[in-house]
Amino acid sequence: MNEGDGLTMRDRTAIVGVGATPYYKRGESVPQLPMELAAKALLAACADAGLDVHDVDGFALYSMGFDTSLFAQWLGIDVRFAGMLTGGGGGAAGSVGLAAAAIVSGQADCVASIMTLQQAASRFGASYAPRGKPGATYSAPPSPEGSFIQPSGLMGPGQMFAVLAQRHMHRYGTTREHFAEVAISTRNNAIRRPTALMQKPLTLDEYFDARMIADPLCLFDFCLECDGAVAVITMSAERACDCAQPPVYVAASANGGAGKWGQAITWFGMPDEYFASSGHRTVAADAYRMADIGPADVDVALLYDHFSPMVIMQLEDYGFCPIGEGGRFVADGNIRWPTGSLPVNTHGGNLSEAYIIGMTHVKEAVEQLRGTAVNQVEGAEVALVTGGPASIPVSNLVLHR
Amino acid sequence: MQGVPPADVIRLMPNVWTEPFWRATAEHRMVVPRCTACGTFRLPPTPFCPSCASQDLEWVEHDGRGTIYSFTVIRHAVIPDVLDALPLIAAVVELPGTGGCRLVGNVVGVAPEEVRISQEVTVDWYDVREGETVPVFRLA
Ligand SMILES: [Zn+2]
Repeated sequence: MNEGDGLTMRDRTAIVGVGATPYYKRGESVPQLPMELAAKALLAACADAGLDVHDVDGFALYSMGFDTSLFAQWLGIDVRFAGMLTGGGGGAAGSVGLAAAAIVSGQADCVASIMTLQQAASRFGASYAPRGKPGATYSAPPSPEGSFIQPSGLMGPGQMFAVLAQRHMHRYGTTREHFAEVAISTRNNAIRRPTALMQKPLTLDEYFDARMIADPLCLFDFCLECDGAVAVITMSAERACDCAQPPVYVAASANGGAGKWGQAITWFGMPDEYFASSGHRTVAADAYRMADIGPADVDVALLYDHFSPMVIMQLEDYGFCPIGEGGRFVADGNIRWPTGSLPVNTHGGNLSEAYIIGMTHVKEAVEQLRGTAVNQVEGAEVALVTGGPASIPVSNLVLHR
Repeated sequence: MQGVPPADVIRLMPNVWTEPFWRATAEHRMVVPRCTACGTFRLPPTPFCPSCASQDLEWVEHDGRGTIYSFTVIRHAVIPDVLDALPLIAAVVELPGTGGCRLVGNVVGVAPEEVRISQEVTVDWYDVREGETVPVFRLA
């Protein structure tokens, strides 16, 4: 056992490759299969790293992942590690932490974290609608817990996060103008990127003219519905130096959450102190401690943006501003690229580039730290990536060059 | 009833721990489980007390008065079945005297523009089908 930080995985692994398919509007990736998209992303990540796909020997997944056995069979990959974080999109960034844990523990050498998504027939927006109804093909079966939520008509995540946003406005004076600033600044980043699905600027008038979906959220507070896949390959820090790209080191990763965050939006019983939060406060503390940094050390933040108010709450929970000040923090221009003190979602995020359940955020962090991002943050050395505010586990990832 | 989703989309699935709650709502009564070991209330009903892990509980009658803790106004139909019921006001209602337990239900009989956090509400009952009733709320 090493001394000092030997008990953590800090800096002992690095991301060596990232790859993605094109991003498609919902359903437009058909007739490709979802796992075919995953394989294409993995092959692209291997090419990026200068690896053969048969060098991959592990999978670290999240959000129900995919059938590792069939995937391995397709590509002839000998598997030494197949792990997954429980829960949903909360595990996005943390899946890379799981990969790092597998490597540091000696279970695998070259671990892929992958998300693939095809919303042709299945729309996450109706995740909690009664199964079997038109439009509810993806949805969850009835449950004892859901019986306390779903009869009110709450059938989609956005409607549920709207309840948190409303409480945040009530408690802290956050306004729709603040949500708009998240949507608009993210769009401004997207339109400079050819990969982004949204290519037109968004004005404040357009934001306020948009139809309300679930008060206080309007159309532009919601992320996109799309198809595509993203893969990220992690290896030991030593072996990373032999790859084609400069290593991007994993300084820290944490997943979990406070017990009374629990199921969060399918419960609504969280303590008042952090009801209107992202649920990330405990994992933020864990990650900062492992990385031995604080919020002031973060140069660029890739914050899971399924709904714009949740970016504001993460800015608070990660200590970029005091609790309750997130709205005013964004209104002051702090998250804008390139002028803000903390550029956020420089790739256009889930809101305006593509929603691949958070893995585009990891890819962007890697590009920022390689210095190859389209919207490059000058001199970026440390990036924070987060998984979705969601039920436990939520997760994060601190990377540095 | 106006302001609620059609019965057809509501599917209750009680388990052994929640069944007494739903049996009471079918009789238009609200009951909240309380740990007999430490007195902590919990909703929804679960197998263990979140404070002391005891499984012993008693069902305490509640008068159904509460305050709106937060809410949303659902204006978009994520499935076509709810289109005709829109807008729906879905509220998280805190129940005084339960240590902060909350229930989720529609606020009915009021325009969405008139709903505010902290308003006092009282429970009413939406009989979904024979033997199945869900709580809804009206401004007090
Ligand atoms: Zn107890």
